[in-house]
Amino acid sequence: MDLLATALPALSEAFALILQPQQIGFLILGVLLGLSVGVFPGLGGIAGLSLVLPFVFGMEPVSGLALMIGLVAVIPTSDTFASVLMGIPGSSASQATVLDGFPMAKKGEAARALSAAFISSLFGGLFGACILTFFILIARPIVLAFGLPEMLMITILGLSMVAILAGRLPLKGLAAACLGLMVGTIGEADAGGSLRMATYDIPYLTDGLKLVIVGLGIFAVPEIIALLRQDRAIAKDAKLGAGWITGIADWFKNIFLSIRCAVIGVIVGVIPGLGGSVVDWIAYGHTVQSAKDKSGFGSGDVRGVIGPESSNNAKEGGGLVPTLIFGIPGSGSMAVFIGGMALLGYDAGPQLITNDLNITYTIVWSLALANVIGASLCIVLSPGIAKLTTIRFTLLAPFLFMMISFAAFQSRQSLGDLAALFAIGLLGIMLRRFDWSRPAFLIGFVLSSQAENYSFQAYQVAASKFRRGTDTGLEYIFTPIVLVLLVVTILSIIVGIKQAKQIMPEGQVPTGAKRAPLIFALFILVYFAISFFDAYSIRITTDRIFPVNISTVGIIATVLVLIRMIRSAEGDGIFADRESSGEDANAPHGLWSTLAWFASLLIFASLVGFIIALAVFLLAFLLVRARLTLPRASLFTALGIGFMCVMAGSLNRDFPPGLLQEYVKLPWPLT
Amino acid sequence: MLIETVKHALIGAATATALTATAHADMDLSGKTIEWIIPFSESGGSAKWANFYAPLLSEALTGEPTVVVKFMPGAGSTKGANHFQENVEADGLTIFGSSGSTQFPYLLGDPRVRYEYNDWNVVLASGTGGVAYLPPDLAKKYDGDVTNLRGEDFIYGSQGATRLDLVPLLAWEMLGLEVEPVFGIKGRGDGRLMFERGEANIDYQTSSSYLKGVVPLVEEGKAVPMMTWGALGVDGDIIRDPTFPDIPTFKEVCDATVGCLTEGEKWAAWKAFFIAGFPAQKMVFLPNGATDEMIETYSNAFKKVHARDDFSEISKKRLGVYPQMTGATADAALKSATNVPDSAKAFVVNWLEERYGVTLK
Repeated sequence: MDLLATALPALSEAFALILQPQQIGFLILGVLLGLSVGVFPGLGGIAGLSLVLPFVFGMEPVSGLALMIGLVAVIPTSDTFASVLMGIPGSSASQATVLDGFPMAKKGEAARALSAAFISSLFGGLFGACILTFFILIARPIVLAFGLPEMLMITILGLSMVAILAGRLPLKGLAAACLGLMVGTIGEADAGGSLRMATYDIPYLTDGLKLVIVGLGIFAVPEIIALLRQDRAIAKDAKLGAGWITGIADWFKNIFLSIRCAVIGVIVGVIPGLGGSVVDWIAYGHTVQSAKDKSGFGSGDVRGVIGPESSNNAKEGGGLVPTLIFGIPGSGSMAVFIGGMALLGYDAGPQLITNDLNITYTIVWSLALANVIGASLCIVLSPGIAKLTTIRFTLLAPFLFMMISFAAFQSRQSLGDLAALFAIGLLGIMLRRFDWSRPAFLIGFVLSSQAENYSFQAYQVAASKFRRGTDTGLEYIFTPIVLVLLVVTILSIIVGIKQAKQIMPEGQVPTGAKRAPLIFALFILVYFAISFFDAYSIRITTDRIFPVNISTVGIIATVLVLIRMIRSAEGDGIFADRESSGEDANAPHGLWSTLAWFASLLIFASLVGFIIALAVFLLAFLLVRARLTLPRASLFTALGIGFMCVMAGSLNRDFPPGLLQEYVKLPWPLT
Repeated sequence: MLIETVKHALIGAATATALTATAHADMDLSGKTIEWIIPFSESGGSAKWANFYAPLLSEALTGEPTVVVKFMPGAGSTKGANHFQENVEADGLTIFGSSGSTQFPYLLGDPRVRYEYNDWNVVLASGTGGVAYLPPDLAKKYDGDVTNLRGEDFIYGSQGATRLDLVPLLAWEMLGLEVEPVFGIKGRGDGRLMFERGEANIDYQTSSSYLKGVVPLVEEGKAVPMMTWGALGVDGDIIRDPTFPDIPTFKEVCDATVGCLTEGEKWAAWKAFFIAGFPAQKMVFLPNGATDEMIETYSNAFKKVHARDDFSEISKKRLGVYPQMTGATADAALKSATNVPDSAKAFVVNWLEERYGVTLK
């Protein structure tokens, strides 16, 4: 009751503060900005907030907060467009949505997938805001209960989702996850600073690969290339089937799933240090595990959209808990948000809740309202935007190449970004072709540094506790939370392995001859072997243990796959190869010639800079590949360049410069 | 020079009123966009510092240009610094904000460093301090002399031995404390959280984070301040930190503790790296080749910022009471921060390798 006595007056006061025309106006402005940034694949909350930060200084505090929250809150809603319509994760929070959302779009059910996603997002967002309202007063002890062993267990729970997403052959899924973990260790180790699979001669690698690049490379590039080879629309018969009302009905039928996933979202969001990029996978894994009929997952089951989308918006509400009460950002965008709050004269931390509870609650109200406005707008827009899937894909592809190259370049603003995107994209294409689970790879990558750091740190602290006494040590490691998580993890692995065979996160893949799959498996083995020896030569033990162990597991898994390949006859499931028969093999355009278009854009950009290269690329592509007339091709090129310049200009971003720019000084945007 | 530094520290913004007429007219920057490169991500202390100054700088420059903070994180800030060294032209429209984490790799001979502080022109230097603190049960055994804390198992959440954490780690080692750093945390805020959860039992925060995050803990009786790193005094001595006049400095604690010496090789190395890391932790530079006119334009603008009536009030909350130096004092601060004796460098490089196995090659 004490709780209510504190919360209710502040809550109503906050309601009055936010329901002023000016504040609502700024909230809507934030929502609109967030929608436009979120639609753009690869750009998330950080880019959006950086856009408004310069204007926030000197604003009236509630308006400023409404603007920023409006923007942050709708990004996990609007990023669904790219995930569903193009198969490109719109941001790190929507990776799992791609698995079922995109196949639905291909079946012509884009509007249904989108509206189901938006209504789930809306529900998740409101749920998160509700929880935040009261949780914020009592959350401190709960957040403090999550120490290193608990965070390690959550990380392991996340990794255990690999079991269910591994695909037809658990061994290949395991190897893919190990590969993801190993790619995640590239660069300077967090602990001792040793270099792993990198050298100071290539400074780009010392920082490791960023999630944006790996996400785009693993999911976006292979899908764009595959679709482009078909030369037709994303939705096969170029018609929109089931509409948006069906999507809402789908959500209502699965409301309990939505609630469970929203709870997962809040919990994962509350724990600082995990970041948002794992929550959608845990929710997706849970959705699949708890479903009775699993056969449709991976080829367009609407529940695969509802689960992750309910959780990723709920996460924002949860993520505000550590941000507001400890001043510790749960994600990159929250870090910028704290910076914005400081500009408004408020410091996130315990004193904010004690002294300015009403201001804190305006944040909660803004969050709830922004979700309602954002999701409603998206639902209204979705039938129209879903029509994108009926456009001939060859007309969309060059602009997608343009956007993902630009988005990738924002990662580090170096030409290395483009090279890395191409290299990871090539790996993604091969993983897709030979049916090595791409979700497993991505989960491994996302959790790599957390798995390494938490296990090492928990070990170090535990060792010190054990020195103080066995009881103290055991008490530290085996807390009730750890034990519960341990049980959940074991269950999730058992259920996962049992049922993985029925679930194909990548859909049906045809099988073919031995040679190509064998060569690719050998290639993976060689990479594991090289990284094993590289890790083995590291002098600092703390930086060595993790990559040595993971590459050992990877080597064993890959060797077992190879043994099975040698023993099995052709046509066995292990020889999955999309180029042997089926849609890819019969495509009118070849893989390499299609990939060459993309490569040409990147190579040309490194010579003459991005904008000049883009102009030439767009024009050539539209003329030669899409066979447009010169006037139309020129018009589209001009529109594309114009869009790019407005986008980069308003975000104050640069374009990749090339060799030419080293010698000649050109005005923006040609720099 | 140092006398001026300290005076400035104590009187704070007031000295900035000594703004005198300048030889050149300031550049008119109306309609221009100033890019302020910060070689860190949006979440760190440097971001807070730059976000604090950017709107004020915009107002103070003639023509009120837009000042945009551009974050360029990578390779522990050496990426952004290399970019500033190699690719930025002296057109007066790009400035760079460095931090202690930019200074340390430069001093330690990190192979990735391709920048040279001597090429740059400093227009602002901001100082800070640091406070170490203990949990209450361990603080009972501490009375300004750490002898009774020896033999305790200390755990400290650290970002890495080659970063600013070098200063506390070396200090604790000199006191004879057995501090085991848990490496790989992402920011000092995470270190504080480990302390609050009871996983770490010693920690330090820079002044502004201490004021914000630890003072409430101290008031609740969950943390007890141990010592500050101090501030740099008139004759180059370590004196009490003006923001925390009641907390003893490491020097005092070291003097009071048997076996800890405030002379000799170790002390000289600690002091050299403290000076490099704290009293002039964050600086604003113009690139190589900047004209006197540009340098004066920015120096004057920062002086104007410091002369604002409300500066001491707004800066106290967000930066703490620390010297905000311009002109000749900033030059002096830069010199003392980047000219570390070779013997101190050699000692630290060797210590890092022996104690933590870290080699900078």
